[in-house]
Amino acid sequence: MAIQSLIPFGPQHPVFPEPIQLRLVLEDEKVVEALPAFGYVHRGLEKIAQQKDILQDVFLVERVCGICSFIHSLTYCRGVETLMGLTVPDRARFLRVVWSEMSRLHSHLLWLGLTADAFGFENLFMQAFRLREKVLDLMEATGGNRVIMSSCCIGGVRRDLTPDLVKMIRTTLDEVERELDPIVVTMRDDYTVQQRTIGVGRLTKEEAYQLGAVGPVARGCGIQMDFRTTGYEAYGELEFKPVVFEGGDCYARCKVRLYEMLQSVALMRAALDKLPEGPLAVPVKGNPDGETISRCEQPRGEVIYYMRANNTRNLERLRIRTPTFANLAPLLKMLPGCQLADVPVIVLAIDPCISCTER
Amino acid sequence: MFGLLKKTLSNLFSRPATRSYPGTTRPGFSGSRGHLDMDPAVCIYCGACSKRCPTKAITVSREPKEWKLEVGRCIICGHCVEVCPKKCMWLDMNHGLSKDAVTDARSGDRQGNP
Repeated sequence: MAIQSLIPFGPQHPVFPEPIQLRLVLEDEKVVEALPAFGYVHRGLEKIAQQKDILQDVFLVERVCGICSFIHSLTYCRGVETLMGLTVPDRARFLRVVWSEMSRLHSHLLWLGLTADAFGFENLFMQAFRLREKVLDLMEATGGNRVIMSSCCIGGVRRDLTPDLVKMIRTTLDEVERELDPIVVTMRDDYTVQQRTIGVGRLTKEEAYQLGAVGPVARGCGIQMDFRTTGYEAYGELEFKPVVFEGGDCYARCKVRLYEMLQSVALMRAALDKLPEGPLAVPVKGNPDGETISRCEQPRGEVIYYMRANNTRNLERLRIRTPTFANLAPLLKMLPGCQLADVPVIVLAIDPCISCTER
Repeated sequence: MFGLLKKTLSNLFSRPATRSYPGTTRPGFSGSRGHLDMDPAVCIYCGACSKRCPTKAITVSREPKEWKLEVGRCIICGHCVEVCPKKCMWLDMNHGLSKDAVTDARSGDRQGNP
């Protein structure tokens, strides 16, 4: 039997944007077991949420994650709207879709850059981040800030899109789509990328289902699971099919995200085409009561908010299950059997967002 | 392997994608939330902004008339601007307060997290 050694992978590691530790048990260069240790960025979010009122909590939950912040506030607002029985105006529903897809696009471009960097493809990394800057500019012009837009509020949205802004979005989307094309082709067809990703971190469809994989990890294993297909907000009125690939390896997960970027561009265009006129938000009166579960599809998968209210301005409980938390169990299943050099690629293929996970 | 070659070659002969900041700055967007500003001549010191502020960055007192913003704590969400009955506050698009924020964070009157 080969001698086993223990390698601490993280919490500070060049490929990790955020701190998480994986203790890897190795036999020579082969990983035989991975033990996770997390909790480095726990912030006690639920306690803070209980101390602030429901309107202030919107700004708090946006800061759960620095990448997919808009969809966090959307999920929270949808939950409180269910508790208070509010109906969101049509224009707000479409604007929410536009901003959700903008978040998805910038999140996937960030992932693309980080993954390219993880296997040493610096050129692709730079191109992805350069393209992402255009999307961030779009977010600043429409939402007011580069990432944390604060444009969602209970009962609707806080900002409107003027015709000038709609025009600006369309022009930028055309540019992004044009520049995305060589990036997608490179990531999909490049020999080196294929050598680093095909067959790496393999997960079968059954394993993914049993371990509760969500988002692109599940869709990369051939599971047709996308919460947007339930038609929340205005998704029901826009035609799209979830991007699903068979294979269950890092390559399939990469392809899911690549095509989702193009799909996001198409969805934003479709939402802008159908954007109805009307009010932006309904007034919020009274206090929420009862309990509910609110779900949305984030760039990394499905996020679940459990909230309980007791007819006061403050929530009694606010429990958040983020997609990365659900994808950690599949990750631990993928790692045993791989080479140490493949660990960064496998970890980044689930697109980990640790500050989300630890809240 | 040569998928990005066209892009790389065009990058060789085009202008850099970055600006030589701070010499050249990017023009701001009109809707951007840069920093919070307030007009004391219009303010009635009702305290609505301080009650609604999610981070307790604003303190208001009626007597003596005082409106104080802890810049390092302000998250520039714009909630105060929405609830102000006199509309005496607004969000300026310029991001120019980092120096003030540092001075504020180093000053002794910080009260710790809520």
